[in-house]
Amino acid sequence: MKIHEYQGKEILRRFGVRTPKGTPAFSVDEAVEAARGLGGKVWVVKAQIHAGGRGKGGGVKVAKSLDEVRAHAQAILGMQLVTHQTGPEGQKVRRLLIEEGADIRSELYVGLVVDRATQKVCVMASSEGGMDIEEVAAHTPEKIHKVFVDPVARLTDAEADDIATKIGIPAASLPQARTILKGLYDAFWDTDASLAEINPLILTGAGEVIALDAKFNFDSNALFRHPDIVAYRDLDEEDPAEIEASKFDLSYISLDGNIGCLVNGAGLAMATMDVIKLYGGSPANFLDVGGGATTEKVTEAFKIMLRNPGLQAILVNIFGGIMRCDTIANGVVSAAREVKLAVPLVVRMKGTNEELGRRILAESGLPIISADNMAEAAERVVAAAAAHAARA
Amino acid sequence: MSILIDRNTRVMTQGITGKTGQFHTKMGKEYANGANCYVAGVNPKKPGERYEGIPIFATVAEAKAQTGANVSVVYVPPPFAAAAIWEAVEADLDLVICITEGIPVRDMIEVRDRMRKQGRRTLLVGPNCPGVITPDELKIGIMPGHIHKKGRVGVVSRSGTLTYEAVGQLGELGIGQSSCVGIGGDPVNGMKHIDVMRLFNDDPDTDAVIMVGEIGGSDEEECARWIKANMKKPVIGFIAGVTAPEGKRMGHAGAIISGGKGTAQEKLAVMEECGIKVTRNPAEMGRLLKSVL
Repeated sequence: MKIHEYQGKEILRRFGVRTPKGTPAFSVDEAVEAARGLGGKVWVVKAQIHAGGRGKGGGVKVAKSLDEVRAHAQAILGMQLVTHQTGPEGQKVRRLLIEEGADIRSELYVGLVVDRATQKVCVMASSEGGMDIEEVAAHTPEKIHKVFVDPVARLTDAEADDIATKIGIPAASLPQARTILKGLYDAFWDTDASLAEINPLILTGAGEVIALDAKFNFDSNALFRHPDIVAYRDLDEEDPAEIEASKFDLSYISLDGNIGCLVNGAGLAMATMDVIKLYGGSPANFLDVGGGATTEKVTEAFKIMLRNPGLQAILVNIFGGIMRCDTIANGVVSAAREVKLAVPLVVRMKGTNEELGRRILAESGLPIISADNMAEAAERVVAAAAAHAARA
Repeated sequence: MSILIDRNTRVMTQGITGKTGQFHTKMGKEYANGANCYVAGVNPKKPGERYEGIPIFATVAEAKAQTGANVSVVYVPPPFAAAAIWEAVEADLDLVICITEGIPVRDMIEVRDRMRKQGRRTLLVGPNCPGVITPDELKIGIMPGHIHKKGRVGVVSRSGTLTYEAVGQLGELGIGQSSCVGIGGDPVNGMKHIDVMRLFNDDPDTDAVIMVGEIGGSDEEECARWIKANMKKPVIGFIAGVTAPEGKRMGHAGAIISGGKGTAQEKLAVMEECGIKVTRNPAEMGRLLKSVL
């Protein structure tokens, strides 16, 4: 689960990490009021969306008067902000963060992730903040410093000071940097985050260390113990199809193609997308129905896929195993009837009672195309999608 | 022979009174030598009761002491599953197979850290995995028993149904399996591809191995380099997720491409460099394996 920058900064402050003073705003008037309340002479108006790269996309503006705050807030609120993470259609801006301006001497980077190889949290830091850190990692990997943190000891003073020194924080500012790095680590660990990033972490002219940005992702499997984090969820930022799917315990991701896929199991679902592509088609989604392909789940899955106006065909690929194919077939038939399915449907199922399952599909009177294996299924669904698109 | 489990393994089910634990314990008991292998269940609140004739104990240590069980399978719900794994490790079992899906990553980091620091010898398979099967001997986990057939090909995979797909394709070609191990789709887990590959390399009854991976992490690459340097048997591979976009989690908690790392293309390229025959077509896993026998 992702949250907004201003929410991330609320968490950081709770863990003693210094951030600029700021107030979220949901309207232009609130933005001006927020700036007035903060005082000072320089403010930053920041679009709050869940994607990164907001500055480059025109979603972050500096204002030197309250009139400028108003003008920037008017321009940014409601805009479709396009960044390298939003896709070409962009994301509508519904919230702003109004912050006091900062005197930036240098921009640094610090990020935390779970490292699979060492099975520890990895703290990464670089003197090259403010820019795309992936570029830094690709071209100058020696400028990224890493420490793998012992989960019991947590980030120690020595580790914090070492990494702070490596990214160019002067000795006089080390105590502040130590507080921030340790606070950030604790925030990551205690909230069950899966990613935390401050880019940039800044050093001011006066030698202060401040978190100018905050990005957090959280482990969805741990949300049950963090109701305060769940309260931060902003459904406006999520794909409506993915929200709908999560209500029915379906794992769904929208993609750009025109062939809907309904599969049991994440690995097989990915492999099904791959084989469609291999046969010249393009998957419209990833959809894992999980262990039980019940009629209800299949029906809901069909409805979610059919929200996509570009959908030209559906491929159902179920490796039933313990599940019986007649049960799956009945589920597919009744789901197809209920949604009055108008696009071609290819079904490949494997498991107990395969023959019976196939007979149910054939005798349903519905134009369901059966396939024996994944290759045949992919070939048939790609052909069916093309034929359907040509007719339309 | 086989790896990890065989007809002489003695199994306890942790979480034997839950719906999933009951169903799969019953299926396991009915498969091959299962009736002799499934000897105990654990539930702290129901000691003294029985399920399908299997005695239930309050703790793993007690179940081990009373029945001689040396392996456990965990179906305990996610909030308590890491503690269940640790209980089995503390009881010094040979192997814990954790089926539970949805365990917080932090809980797994803590358990794995304790296992390493205390130098525990217990092996962990999973979590979020289908389990382990040695065909015609013993099935521990949620995989369909009937698609498996005894033979000499090893299967190791991060995914459940995709493993069944590979096994199904082998079956259609009349090729049986020595053992099949699902290592699970979570970012922090127990045995990795490389650990299972080592066991297959040393198993005199395994002639070749199918390695099924997916996007995320670098376990497949690490295993591929080990194979190049050490493996005496042919290995073929498939990686799911060539079409997966960056930054989107594909169902499994570990299946995500981040920072341009962990792509299927990169994994396939490293595997090929290391002499592993790979296919980009998941429908071809069985045939490719047959070609190297």
